[in-house]
This record gives sequence, C-alpha cells and structure tokens, in this order.
Amino acid sequence: MDKSASAYWSATLGLLTKILIVWFLVSFGAGILFADMLNGIHLGGYPLGFWFAQQGSMYIFVVLIFWYGKKMGEIDREFDVHEE
Amino acid sequence: MDLQTTIYLVVGATFALYIGIAIWARAGSTSEFYAAGGQVPPVMNGMATAADWMSAASFISMAGLISNMGYGGGLFLMGWTGGYVLLAMLLAPYLRKFGKFTVPQFIGDRFYSKSASTVAVLCLLVASLTYIIGQMTGVGVAFSRFLGVSSEIGIYVGMGIVFMYAVFGGMKGITYTQVAQYIVLILAYIIPAIFISIQLTGNPIPQLGLGSNLIGQDISMLSKLDSVVTDLGFGKYTTTTAGSTLNMFVYTMSLMIGTAGLPHVIMRFFTVPSVAAARSSAGWALVFIAILYTTAPAVAAMAKTNLIRTITPGVVMQSADPYAADSQIQYEQRPDWMKRWEKTGLLKFEDKNGDGRIQYYNDKTKNADTAKKFEAAGWKGNELSVNADIIVLANPEIALLPNWVIALVAAGGLAAALSTAAGLLMAISSAISHDLVKGVFAPDISEKGELMTGKIAMAVSIVVAGYLGLNPPGFAAGTVALAFGIAASSLFPAIMMGIFSKKMNKEGAIAGMLAGLFITLFYVFAHKGLFFIKGTDYLPVIGGANSFFGITPEAFGAIGALVNFAVAFAVDKVTKEPPEHIQAMVEAVRIPRGSKAVDGAH
Repeated sequence: MDKSASAYWSATLGLLTKILIVWFLVSFGAGILFADMLNGIHLGGYPLGFWFAQQGSMYIFVVLIFWYGKKMGEIDREFDVHEE
Repeated sequence: MDLQTTIYLVVGATFALYIGIAIWARAGSTSEFYAAGGQVPPVMNGMATAADWMSAASFISMAGLISNMGYGGGLFLMGWTGGYVLLAMLLAPYLRKFGKFTVPQFIGDRFYSKSASTVAVLCLLVASLTYIIGQMTGVGVAFSRFLGVSSEIGIYVGMGIVFMYAVFGGMKGITYTQVAQYIVLILAYIIPAIFISIQLTGNPIPQLGLGSNLIGQDISMLSKLDSVVTDLGFGKYTTTTAGSTLNMFVYTMSLMIGTAGLPHVIMRFFTVPSVAAARSSAGWALVFIAILYTTAPAVAAMAKTNLIRTITPGVVMQSADPYAADSQIQYEQRPDWMKRWEKTGLLKFEDKNGDGRIQYYNDKTKNADTAKKFEAAGWKGNELSVNADIIVLANPEIALLPNWVIALVAAGGLAAALSTAAGLLMAISSAISHDLVKGVFAPDISEKGELMTGKIAMAVSIVVAGYLGLNPPGFAAGTVALAFGIAASSLFPAIMMGIFSKKMNKEGAIAGMLAGLFITLFYVFAHKGLFFIKGTDYLPVIGGANSFFGITPEAFGAIGALVNFAVAFAVDKVTKEPPEHIQAMVEAVRIPRGSKAVDGAH
C-alpha cells in the first residue's frame, strides 16, 4: 500500500469527484436540466423535478457533507495523517 | 396584552439576552477577537454560521420571491445551500489547516505577494460593504414597522447593540450571540409555518404539507395551486423557470460559488478547534440552514394559496368558477390583515372596473383563451398589488395567530439582520486591522496594539455601515449581485487554485483575480451603470440587455469565475513556477495532521 502524500491526495480527489458528481446530478441535473422530464413522476403531491429543486437537493447536500466528513476521516486514518 | 406591548417585551428580552452574552464573552487576545480562540465546538459553530449566513433577505424576502416565481425560485434554495458542499470540501478544511485569521492572509502567503493580498482585501471590502448596506436598511425597516419608531432611530439602536457585542466581544462575542440569534430566528420562522400547514393541509410538518392534499379535498395543494394560477393567467407554479433553463443553471452556479467565496462565511471556519471539526461544522451549518430553507418553499406556496383563497374563497377550497362575479370577495368585506398592510403601502387595491370586488390576476398573460375569459368576465386589469416582502411578515396575521407569534416574527427578523451585520463587520474590521495595518503598514505592532486597532476598525466600520444604511446610495438594490459576483469571480477561484494547484504562481493568481473581477464588473455595470451611477449604463456596447446568451447580470459570477480560472492557467503556463517552499506549504495544507490553534503571525 502506497502511503505517500500523493497517494493520500489522489484518494482525497477521488472522494471529491464522487461527491461532486452526486452534487451536480441532484441540483443541476434533477432540479434543472431534467426537471421537466421528472415532473411526470409524482412523490406524494410533489412533481419530482419540482421536489428536487425545492426540497430534495437540500436534503442530499446535507447528507453529502456528513458523508464526506466521515469518509475523509477514514482516509486520514488509513494514510496516518489524522490529527492528534 | 395588546400587540405593541407584546412586541416590546419580546424584542426587549432578546436584546437583553444578546447584551448579557456580550458581557460574558469579552475578548482578551487577538486570537479571541479574530477567531474566538479557535475553540468553538462544531455544532455551535454551525449554528453561528447559519445565523451569520441567513440575513434579512433570507428571512423576510426569500419566501416572497419564491411565492412569485414558483419553481424558478428554487434557484435561491439550491444556490444558497449547494455552496456549502463546495465550501466544506474545497475550502474550509484546508483554510483551517493553514491556521491564519483571514482570507487575504491566505492569498497573500500562498501567492507570496503583498499585491495579491491587497487585491483580496479590496475584493473583500467591496463585497462585504455592499452586503452590509442592505442589512442596516433591513434593521431600520424592521424596527420602524414593528416598534413604531422611525427608521433612523431603528438604525441607531441597531448600531448600538452590534457595537456592544462586536467591539467588546470580537469574534467570540459575535459567535455566541449568533447562536442565540439563530434560535430566535428559526423559532420565528417555523412556528407560523407549522400553524399554516395545519390549517391548509392538516399536516403539521410544512415540508410534508407542501406535498399533501388540501384539507377536505382529493387534490394535492400543488396541483390545485397550478390550476388556480393558470386560470388567473399566471405561469404554472411548479414549472415556471427563472428566464431560460441556461440562465437558471448559471444563476444557481453563481450563487453556489459566491456563497463558498464570501469572506464572512469562510472566516467562521477559522474558529473551530481542528480540521475534522471544520468539515463537520460545515455540515451542521447546512443542517441549521436547511431547516429554514426547506420550510421556505412551503411558506411560499401556502402564502400564495392563502392569498388567492382570501380573494376567491370558493375557487381554492371548493371548485367554484373563478370568472363568476360572486367568486371574488367584495372589497368592503376584506379581512383585517389586508387593511393593516394597506396602511404601509405594501398592499394596494384599485377598483379598475368599478364592481366593488377584488380581481387579482395576470393581465399580461400571453394565453389568448385565458385573456378572452378575463374580457368576458368584465375585468379591466389586475386590481391588487402585493409586495413580496410582506409574505413572511404578514403570515401570522393571515393565519390569525396569537400576538406573541407576531412579536416573535419581529424579533426573528431583527435577529437575522443583526447577526449578518455583525459577521460582515468582523470580516471588514479584520481585513483592515490585520491585513492592512499589521500586514502592510505597521508589521511591528504589538498584540495589544493590534487588538486596539481591531476594535477601532470595528467601531469605524459600524459608523460607516450605519451612515450608508441611513443614506443608502441609489444602488443598494443592485449590489447584492455585485457582492456575489465578486466573491464568485475573484475570491473563490483564487483560494481554490491556491489549494488544488501546487504549481499556480502569483502572476497567474493575480491576473486571474483581476480578469474575473473586471469581466464581472464590466457586465454588471453595463446593465446597472458605472459604479451604479444612474445613466452611465452602456448596454449598446455589449449588444443589449442580457446579451451574453440571455444571462442576467445577477447570474454572471459563474462566467467571471470561468474567466478567472482560464486566465490564471494561461498566465501560469508562461511564467515561472512558485518557489520550492510554497509548494511544500501547499503539501502541508493538504494534510490534516499538525493543525494547530489559529494565530496571526505573518
């Protein structure tokens, strides 16, 4: 296992890329670009595209940040660069 | 107890609380003054960040805007929350590891250049000052409407309160007051929303109520709203976009990048104890922000429903014909809250066809069939105009809630405006005392001297902000676009490249910041006038309004950021690499281990 600084950095960037893809898909994708298409589907009384733009994207953002914090903690420990 | 006394009591109690916290949290060192000693727990810091971020605009105006815009209003919701994802992953942990007090200091050190940090100070001052004018005006408006004093006295009182806890407590005082202010403002927002959601849908959770059926009907509130507003000639509530899809896309992106680049928000992450805490703190901030932001669309749609229900009761709650004469209420029988808001001029009625009834509809509809129906009904134009800002403020009155709820909303609006003003003042005064005085003019200043300079800079900033609030330059309304544009096009890309590109050098960063700033200013000024002076706009030069692919000036920050990145990398390619020790510094910033308490050493 490569424990170098560059391996740590590429692990970090890998995580960032994954999160940014989800971040983009739920807001710009589902909330804007594909909103019309998704509006055909309903979530309770919500058209789905509208729900993503005014509710869903925000819930997912919150989950993304905590997930990022947790995963980064794991990466930090794996490469032995965590605090304390 | 009458309404006015209740308001005095509730607002007075919250002010006493803020001042009590100020006395308890006096700052004794520069570290406490600039970064609250770097020891604020993440949950608490998240709450303070949320209060710092949610201004009078979020609290008072946002739901009203969404109410008018419908689906397109989602751009504010996504833009102002999505930025925290960028902030949490791309900036906050690394800036915390860097361990200094201010954003210009990071830019100055990373790009080994006083000029870079001076450009950053300039961007920070313009962005923060334009932002604060609106807050001070908001404080004045809230005071005058709720406490029956003039807007001037309101601003003086507001200045006095902020002075007490900001000057003596610095970041420490501000942080703990903001925690209290968050609790006040979130209760003030949620409680009326819960009552209204129960009244309309029977569901006490507004986020679920928005997706529920109207009470006693077999149709969801949103589909009912869609069909009712379409009958009245407005665009369908759940699908009307803000301009083109491209504009909505770019606008959302600009708000996200701008949010992540606003210095008074970034600064909050210097106050937590560790890198891991900076990561989770951004998450907590977004949790506390999302509580209000996911409630706002419910407030917006329910307020719209309630407004139309007030005017045409049978159309919303049963299925009466909206064009039948007796569907609209008679002006003489309008409810009391409408009478109260008419006095403020924010709600106006004009009986254009002289039938004594209120017709509220879109008389500029492009749908010929609907227009024919309006004509057949004998309507002569829209008769009711409603200012978007009253949506949140009038909410408790529309729902006939008790006086203490109305008083709480007043206290909440003030808490939102004061907490944001204090955070901005902190960003301004630290840029002046730490980056300009200590960084450029008097590097040998003692800690005690710097603390004093910081307090004086803060006091002067309060007076300047108060003056601008009392005499708002004619351009106040257009300037939020500028604040976000600058944060998005200059600060965000510079910080990001400083962390993610080891080879980015000072020439590239400075050229990028200036190019991003210039192109954004050029486009904004083309629409709003050179430095917002009326009559100096130059739309023909750029080929008419929104000429760049139909993008509005408010949405241009993302384009500015792209230009910044492109120019920076182009210049970086043809100039020499940053020195070895800077590249080593970037390596060190990327790794959490070894994070220490923030200090200001240059």
